[in-house]
Amino acid sequence: MNEFVFFINNVLIAGSVTGSIYAIGAVGVTLVFSIMRFAHFAHADMMTFGAFMVLLLATLFPHAGDVIGVPTAIVMLPLAMVLTAALAVGIDKAFYKPLRAHGVKPIVMVIGSLGVTLMLQGLIRLFSGTGGQSLYVDDRKEIFRLALPFEGARVPVVITEPQIYLFVLTLVAVIGLQLFLSRTRLGKAMRAMSDNPDLARASGINTNTIVAVTWVIVGGLAAIAGTLLSMDVTFKPDLSFHLLLPIFAAAIVGGVGHPFGAIAGGFVVGFAETLAVFNWRVLLRPFSDSLPEWLALPSNLAFVGTEYKIVVPFFILVAILVWRPTGIFKGKVI
Amino acid sequence: MPLLDAREVHGGYGGMNILNGVDMAIEADQIGVIVGPNGAGKSTMLKAIFGQLNVTQGDILLRGEPIQNLPTNRLVELGMGFVPQEHNVFPSLTVKENLEMGAFLKPGNVKRMLSKVYEFFPPLHEKRHQPAGELSGGQRQMVAMGRALMAEPELLLLDEPTAGLSPKYMYEIFDRVKEVNAAGVGILMVEQNAKQALAIADKGFVLAAGQNRFTDTGQALLADPDVAKSFLGG
Ligand SMILES: Nc1ncnc2c1ncn2[C@@H]1O[C@H](COP(=O)(O)OP(=O)(O)OP(=O)(O)O)[C@@H](O)[C@H]1O
Ligand SMILES: [Mg+2]
Repeated sequence: MNEFVFFINNVLIAGSVTGSIYAIGAVGVTLVFSIMRFAHFAHADMMTFGAFMVLLLATLFPHAGDVIGVPTAIVMLPLAMVLTAALAVGIDKAFYKPLRAHGVKPIVMVIGSLGVTLMLQGLIRLFSGTGGQSLYVDDRKEIFRLALPFEGARVPVVITEPQIYLFVLTLVAVIGLQLFLSRTRLGKAMRAMSDNPDLARASGINTNTIVAVTWVIVGGLAAIAGTLLSMDVTFKPDLSFHLLLPIFAAAIVGGVGHPFGAIAGGFVVGFAETLAVFNWRVLLRPFSDSLPEWLALPSNLAFVGTEYKIVVPFFILVAILVWRPTGIFKGKVI
Repeated sequence: MPLLDAREVHGGYGGMNILNGVDMAIEADQIGVIVGPNGAGKSTMLKAIFGQLNVTQGDILLRGEPIQNLPTNRLVELGMGFVPQEHNVFPSLTVKENLEMGAFLKPGNVKRMLSKVYEFFPPLHEKRHQPAGELSGGQRQMVAMGRALMAEPELLLLDEPTAGLSPKYMYEIFDRVKEVNAAGVGILMVEQNAKQALAIADKGFVLAAGQNRFTDTGQALLADPDVAKSFLGG
């Protein structure tokens, strides 16, 4: 029983947390790709930037959340989304738009975005310092321990306040995006441009407007993902290093250009990572007494050590590119 | 005053001239048909009219107003619709969404024009919730024309609307073109099925090597033995 709870805590909850963050991150990458046709490497740093904006605002107004009884970081999130969206639009105007106007190849855009990544990272580091900082500047991180109503269940299911916000906001973001893309005039125009930019133009759709709208959404989503990740652990200026590979893996697994594929891909990669580092011995413990001596279980039965977690998305990425380059949902082949 | 009046149009791709002085004029209630061999510059001429080509010389007037160098969305506002030769639907959007995109600049039109387009093309109403990429070639052409009609154009440019269709669908599409024209839309259409297209044309333009070879009424061109010999397969 307790082993089962352990599984819930370490796989189900941990996997959903990681999966949600990768999912929202991958949606951003996939949206940029479907509208502008390049792999945007600076996306993970936009996530970091969003979290950093929350940190700044929460440091400036540490008690803003007390009034309504939610963490200050959550109160500041909408503002940080606006700021990150503005940053995304600004970066596009300053760096990507001139490249587009020259009609450069996608690879040039990709390299441009690598430059933006380095620049953003340096900029954030300049102001934030290099250490980790909690987004809970002046509040306490609530931890909920839910005891299970079973005989002999000593270990509680543990879920933290930021994780609950993470699940709720992921759901809101996904539903919101779905409604936007399927119901609104601009959302449909985004899908139209993703399908066929020339025909979109011939229909009178102003593609510059669509590009700007895309960056606003991408910036907003990046801020959500970065903030929720930083609330769950801590804010670090080099967050993006650990995010870049898994979110690209997630976007590709889901089929590039498919927002909902990206969400599925995010959870696939998130759970794969969690399952790969999970110590399976825990689940086998109840049986270990009945095993013959020569079959004694080693103390660690994880597929890979935690410190090698990053190889998991890499492996998935390679496997997908070899066996199904268009992803789970048929995406555009890059 | 003609609806469209293109005079001495020169232009091409990246310095290479494809059009070498093309003249083309149609009235508001007419169907104009452009025919000619592959590579004659027929598609290029439509692109020039729809502002997708760098026109180096000549004038293009819509109701007497010069329209060169205007951005595409402005041309749509001015009453031009364009159905390209290939890739003329949004494959992952449903039929209805495709049509809605046609009225992007006139969102107030959507409801009224949707029912009008469904009237012209009844199969589209039936398939309205299906992704356009899943439709047959003929139905996809209907989506493409329907999308362009959604903006209530005064001039509709069609690039080979019957390419690859069976004769049955070809006549079906030509019938629709005539109906659309009768409803008050000027049509300028490129066609490979030259005889059948010239038969419904008020004006016909035979292009070769980026120049007008023959320009006359559709009937006169069909009756002209020179045209028949070199361009209509005898
Ligand atoms: N985007 C382009 N860039 C460069 N050259 C082009 C381009 N599009 C067409 N051409 C060239 O311009 C010439 C005229 O092409 P166009 O498409 O206008 O011919 P067309 O009369 O429409 O022929 P078809 O009957 O095959 O459609 C051809 O030689 C073609 O190779
Ligand atoms: Mg052509």
